[in-house]
Order: sequence, then C-alpha cells, then structure tokens
Amino acid sequence: MAEILARHAGREGALLPILHDVQAALGHVPEAAIRAIAQALNLSRAEVHGVVSFYHDFRTDPDPRPVLKLCRAEACQARGSEALAAGLGDPAGVRVETVYCLGLCSVGPNAMIGEVVHARLDAGRLAALVETLA
Amino acid sequence: MTAAAPIVRISDDALALACGADAVAAAFAAQGCTVHRVSSRGMHWLEPLAEIDGQGFGPLGPDDVSAVLAGTSPKAVGPVAAHPFLARQQRLIFARAGITRPLDLDDYAATGGWAGLEQARALGPAATLAAVTASGLRGRGGAGFPAGIKWQTVADAPGATKYIVCNADEGDSGTFADRMVMEGDPFLLLEGMAIAAQAVGAGQGYIYVRSEYPHAIRKLRAAVELAAPRLAPFAVEVRVGAGAYVCGEETSLLNSLEGKRGEVRAKPPLPALAGLFGRPTVVNNVLTLASVPWILAHGAEAYQAIGFGRSRGTMPIQLAGNIRHGGLFEVGFGITLGELVHDIGGGTASGRPVKAVQVGGPLGAYHPPADFHLPFDYESFAAADGLIGHAGLVVFDDSADMRAQARFAMAFCAAESCGKCTPCRIGSTRGVELLDRLGAADRQPRAPDAVEALPQMRNAAKAPRGSAAEIALLEDLCETMKFGSLCALGGFTPYPVLSALKHWPEEFGA
Repeated sequence: MAEILARHAGREGALLPILHDVQAALGHVPEAAIRAIAQALNLSRAEVHGVVSFYHDFRTDPDPRPVLKLCRAEACQARGSEALAAGLGDPAGVRVETVYCLGLCSVGPNAMIGEVVHARLDAGRLAALVETLA
Repeated sequence: MTAAAPIVRISDDALALACGADAVAAAFAAQGCTVHRVSSRGMHWLEPLAEIDGQGFGPLGPDDVSAVLAGTSPKAVGPVAAHPFLARQQRLIFARAGITRPLDLDDYAATGGWAGLEQARALGPAATLAAVTASGLRGRGGAGFPAGIKWQTVADAPGATKYIVCNADEGDSGTFADRMVMEGDPFLLLEGMAIAAQAVGAGQGYIYVRSEYPHAIRKLRAAVELAAPRLAPFAVEVRVGAGAYVCGEETSLLNSLEGKRGEVRAKPPLPALAGLFGRPTVVNNVLTLASVPWILAHGAEAYQAIGFGRSRGTMPIQLAGNIRHGGLFEVGFGITLGELVHDIGGGTASGRPVKAVQVGGPLGAYHPPADFHLPFDYESFAAADGLIGHAGLVVFDDSADMRAQARFAMAFCAAESCGKCTPCRIGSTRGVELLDRLGAADRQPRAPDAVEALPQMRNAAKAPRGSAAEIALLEDLCETMKFGSLCALGGFTPYPVLSALKHWPEEFGA
C-alpha cells in the first residue's frame, strides 16, 4: 500500500491510477486501503468510497474466481450474444461479467479474459473458454 | 528476399488477436518466414489476414499456412490494395492502416509522419488555428462542434496552464475507429495532440482510454515513450478509465481525470474556459485529433474540398453487427446509408433481410431500410430524427425484437447513468418498467397505482391505461429525458426508443 501511494505522490488527479494499482495488486479495494488513500490524498473516506463505488471496475469485496467478461452490447446482440449469455448461465467457479463493448463489433460475439480477447464465439467455443477457467 | 522466406504482414491489433492472429503468425514464422506485425487493414471479415507481396489471404487459421506458402490456398483474396472494399475508400486518418508497424518510428516518418507537426511549428499558433478553422473540421466524437472554434477559445482564454485532453473513452457499441488509431497508428494521435498543444499553448496532454482496451493502452504508453523527444516540450500521459460509459461525456471525463466520480458537470462554464482542474482545456475525440496532421500537411483547402454540406473531410465509418463485410470504411461525408449496408457491407452476415440499422451507438436511432437514401452527414441524420454520432453502424436482421432493443436502451441508460440529473437517473428505470409492461404477454389495462390515485396528482389518468395510454406515457417520458437531462446519455437515450416505436409500432402493441 505504502509503495503504491509513494509511486503516485505529487501526481495530479492520482486517485484513479492509485485505485487501479490497488485493485490489480489485491483483486479488490479493501476498507483499509480506502483509509490509507484518503489519508495520503487529504480526502475524506466518504470521497474515496464514492469514487470506488461509482466505477464498475472497482470492487470492495474479494472474489477469487477467475473472470470472463462477455460483451452484450448492441453489436454483439445483433450477432447472437443474448442466446449465448442465456445458454451460459452462471457456471460454477467462474464469475461471468457483462461488459458493454470491447470494440470488436464486426466479429462478435466477443469475450475477454484478463487482457486476452476472443471473437466469433459460439456456444461451443464459449463453453471451452469457461472450461479453461473453472 | 527469396521465394522461400517471404515477408508476411499480419495485424497485431486487438481484433486480429481475438480472431487468432498470433497462432497464424507463429505458424508462418515456424515455416521460416519473416513476420511483420502491422496495423489492421480494417477488412475484419478477412482477419486474420496475411499479406505477402501485396497478395492477401484470409481469414486464416494456422492450418492454412502451408497451402498459402505453396500457392494453393483457397483463401487467396488477390491484391489487397485493389480490393473493392479498400479501393472505394478515401483514407486520410487511416492512410497507414495495414501498411506500417504501429510502434516503428522509421515506418511512421517514411510515410509522411511528423510533416503536420513540422508545418504547425513553422506556421506558428495563429496560422495553425486559422488552418484548422478553415478546414471545416468538426469534432468526431458525436456532437460535430467545429474544432477550430474550440481551439481558438482555449487559445484566447487567459491563463498560463492549459491542457489537451484526448477523449479515447470509445464506449459506443459498434464503434472501433478510435481503437484502431490507438493500436494501429498511435504516433498519428500524438502528432495531432502536439499540434493542438502548439496552437493553443498547452504544455500537458492526457489521453483518457477506457479500461476495456488493454491493447490500446499498452501501445499508447509505448508510443508516448518513443515519441517523447519529438513532442517535447509537450508531454503526454495515458490515463485509464474504470468501466464507466458516461465518462465518454467530456465533463464527466474531466472529473474522472481529476480523480473524482465521473459525474457530469453543468455547462457553462465550457471546458474550453474552465476544464481540467479549472484550466482552459481542449477536449477532442481521437479521430478529431488524428485528422489534424493531414490538414496541416496538405492544407485546409484540400480537406475542405472533401465532404458534403457542412460536414467536411472524411469520416471513418464502422460497419458492425450482423453485417457480412464488417470493418472500417473511411470516406468523404455524403455516401448513403443503403450503399454502406448493401454495396459495401454486403448485407447481413446471417443472410437474412436487414430489418434495422442503429447509427451512432447506443444513443443513436434505429433506421429501417426506408431510410437508406439518407446521405451520411450530421445535418441529414438530424433531420431524420437520428444522429451519426461516432459513425458506428450496427446492422440487425429480421429476427430483431425492436421492443427489446428499446428496452435495452433504457436499461443501458439506467446502468450507466451518473446519477446527477433526475430525468436520466429515474426516467431510465421508469422507461424499462414501461417497456416491460408493453411487452407482457397477458397485458390488461393497468389501474392507477397508489401515487397516481392521490388527489393532488391532478394530471395523472384515473382510468385504467391501455396500450395507447402507456405509449403516450412513454413518449412523454422520452420528451422529459430529451430536454431535461444534463448530457447526451439521458438526452439521447430517447433516440433509439422513439425511433423503434415510430418505425415498428406493432411490436409495442400499438
């Protein structure tokens, strides 16, 4: 925590970069981190909490499951993402998150695992991806 | 170069990677080929596309490589540059697409890179501003505001500290042109930002990229490092969003950059006068800034000569959704919607008839084939109750449920609303409820609820509401959102809803 805060010392508008680093290091932003960040940036805990809760990327509770982000925006809907999502359901051991657009809108349906993107998914390919995670 | 070991060019942008380009590149390398990882041509249905001596092959899998090298591949598509999809385009922003390696400074300089910045430095700020104004360049983020006027406002604003902010929070479904610039030609964007900085007197620039674009973030950060000596004294930093669609709105983006909740600010004050940290700030979309180097290098008149009506220059149109030949099509304004969908896009990928085309992202209207005569420019689409937005086209075939699409527009607004203004925050949820009621299978006229029955609710209907009354209520709600919201999220969500209702009323039970 101290190391992350030191890395961003003196930077303008440092809160989001700090939160990204904390989330990357710990997988979530715990209450203790919010206290430390508030202290370092001379903000109230409420202000930091407000920012953490505003953005979809940050979470305050740990969830060790691997994440699959499935795009369900319009372009993927037009290529069948809704049927894929319905068929996938809530597989055990994997957190399936909805993402609105990965910018691969001509080759959907698409998904992202970590920073790896996958296009032209069908039910079989999606199930195989989930299998690699579970 | 010998025939045994040709140079193979394969894209390394996120879309090519998602389609399996790395495995194809590795298969070519294993056969002794030299592989150059270049930007994408934008012919997405052919990705992964390999180019050998100008001949294209795609879409390839690793198993196709031997046949390609033996000259027997059925996936040969002929000379790439002469492909009709590319030959019909006029590429200014994407002139290097598929040609250069994104992070190769020599490739960039050899293809006219930095000429615009050198010209701007030779001309000085006043003449640079005059050139951008004279070119007629309008903001490509959606609003279409003249870039020259914005820059002039910032240049004239008092204060020693000014900022250039590049809005790279490309959240609209059906759009990927910003991503392709950032991943395919990042130096072009940096050059455009440096020209803007020189013109308005800014020392620091920020690129705000959405977190869903990790490849773009990596390429931009590498490019900033490589180009720093060229850009100096102007400095650029890449900042990453955190999954909030509304941060594509410029004032919300500025709050996010400052480390706050991405809530929209009321305007005025304009960001040009009181933007990032209260300082005069140019906020421009990626494509706007990426258009600038060409304008400086070739002159405002040459740019002004391309286009249609008050929309000058080229627009990188993104063909997406259920379309056979999806990809990036940069062309002067004025091409018709029908040409884009049928002649260039080849109709639907599913082979079924086109039912609707959503133009301009999640806040854009759904257009039926009856609108296919519309020329692609800001004013024509506005006159047809639509917008071109960031120029993404999402094609739907006849299996689309338009009430469900209208409901999604409201649900998306509810999920992404920043919560600052009431019409957007609450109106979107009421809209979802209304559209659910309209879609219920066993729908009966709805009796007034507890609030509607209160004596002080004089304007609320006391009789049970049938379909017609519910639709009138939906139209009323859309009116409130359109004119009462602070920004385009709540203000434009009515576009997809009302257009679906207007063109496909039978699906709403009307």
